[in-house]
Amino acid sequence: MADVKRSPWLLHYDAASCNGCDIEVLAALTPVYDAERLGVVNTGDPMQADILLVTGGINDQCAPVVKQLYDQMPRPKVVVAVGVCACTGGVFKDTYNIHGGVDTCIPVDIYVPGCAARPQAIIDGIVKAVELFQKRSDEHDALVKARKNGGSGNA
Amino acid sequence: MAKRSVIPFGPQHPVLPEPIHLDLVIEDEKVVEAVPNIGFVHRGLESLADKRDFNKMVYVIERTCGICSFGHGLGYVESVEHIMNVEVPDRAKFLRVIWAELGRMHSHMLWMGLMADAFGFENLFYACWRVREKILDLHELTAGGRLIFSVNQIGGVNKDITPEMMQQILKSLDEIEEEVKPLEKAFVNDYSVQSRLKGVGVLTKQQAHDLGCCGPFAKASGMSFDYRMTGYEAYKYLDMEPITGTNGDSFDRCTVRIKEVYQSIDLIRQAISKIPEGDINVPVKGMPNGEYMARIEQPRGEAIYYTKASGKKYLDRFRLRTPTFANLAGLTETLKGADLADVPILILTIDPCISCTER
Repeated sequence: MADVKRSPWLLHYDAASCNGCDIEVLAALTPVYDAERLGVVNTGDPMQADILLVTGGINDQCAPVVKQLYDQMPRPKVVVAVGVCACTGGVFKDTYNIHGGVDTCIPVDIYVPGCAARPQAIIDGIVKAVELFQKRSDEHDALVKARKNGGSGNA
Repeated sequence: MAKRSVIPFGPQHPVLPEPIHLDLVIEDEKVVEAVPNIGFVHRGLESLADKRDFNKMVYVIERTCGICSFGHGLGYVESVEHIMNVEVPDRAKFLRVIWAELGRMHSHMLWMGLMADAFGFENLFYACWRVREKILDLHELTAGGRLIFSVNQIGGVNKDITPEMMQQILKSLDEIEEEVKPLEKAFVNDYSVQSRLKGVGVLTKQQAHDLGCCGPFAKASGMSFDYRMTGYEAYKYLDMEPITGTNGDSFDRCTVRIKEVYQSIDLIRQAISKIPEGDINVPVKGMPNGEYMARIEQPRGEAIYYTKASGKKYLDRFRLRTPTFANLAGLTETLKGADLADVPILILTIDPCISCTER
């Protein structure tokens, strides 16, 4: 976190969560825990978001929604799975309607465990996501620069 | 006649913490009809009844919803206790009331915050959630968890609240009461808040009754219906009156919930002053055999827990009717004729808990 240059925007989506983690994500963004001091800000618009926080497992109905949100986000992007349901399916893994964690649907970078995930753990996940986002952005910038200079773009 | 058009609302929407999809049929900025489409959070929780034994089901059912988690556990254990004829110790009943009322307070504070966010008052949203953190600290102090803390078990509770913790609860309640007062002022007296809430989404008492609404949504329309009045658990030892509104608009739903926060503070104080000494649980032997329908008052209204067992380790059937499900009919009724800009507020005034409803 030493040299954060970017201020990524967060998008939160409740896939098939029990609300516990959703409320903790919101609690982590409110002033008591204040995740916004890390330079992130909550947004409702996928087109402007850089980090996607998904809570809960994936079922048939919400899989296309999660996929669409992920596709609408501009590159580079980072996905954080918040809570044990988002990581593996959790207590609902054995039910008929849950496919499993978020990684059954979209690629996930960071897994935050817990039922419900505590705000401290979520903030830890956000910190890791911000670092990863910065790394990816730098790579992305280098790629664009190389292409501009007539390179192959494989930088 | 103006041209009709359909505007999709949700499942991902800035004011909604949970996914629900509504097809809003619009005519000149007015909603003519709202068609809800649900199923985004359906997990199939009830089907776990034949994979987890009846003791472990408590933990599954508490995960129906992260907000009213304690209440769901309470409704389920109450239904199994009735089937097995377990006499729960009085102390456990009082402890359950204390936790249930703390849950109601945190749920209503959360709702007040989300409501403030919906009408664009972000400062008030943060202020409400700051007070709510104090209630979560009490959860953590007494039970060890912030939202889902699994203290219910069949035959009582598995954690006791010590006298020192009781003192801390009383101290925190005094602070919370002082901090809610200015927030109440903002909701009740603020001109711009009133202009967004007064007269918006009126549901008459007759409509609320006919559509089977429950909880603060029905109470705001003047239906004096609160299942706590029947005196389940330790409520029979406590004095309370159901809080009702008169106009049935969004403003009344707001004030009913704010008054319920004060009522919960009062109930916890009464419970702490009357709590008897004794055991907190009794040993339970054997398997449940029979069926029972338990009803409890959740923060959002009356919830029904149906359990059917046939003397085996696994239950035959578990069914849950949640308050939001009952209120969805009232919601689609209030949405008719509403302005498009008021739709998020109206959806929030029933305090929707989609993950309870879809399980």
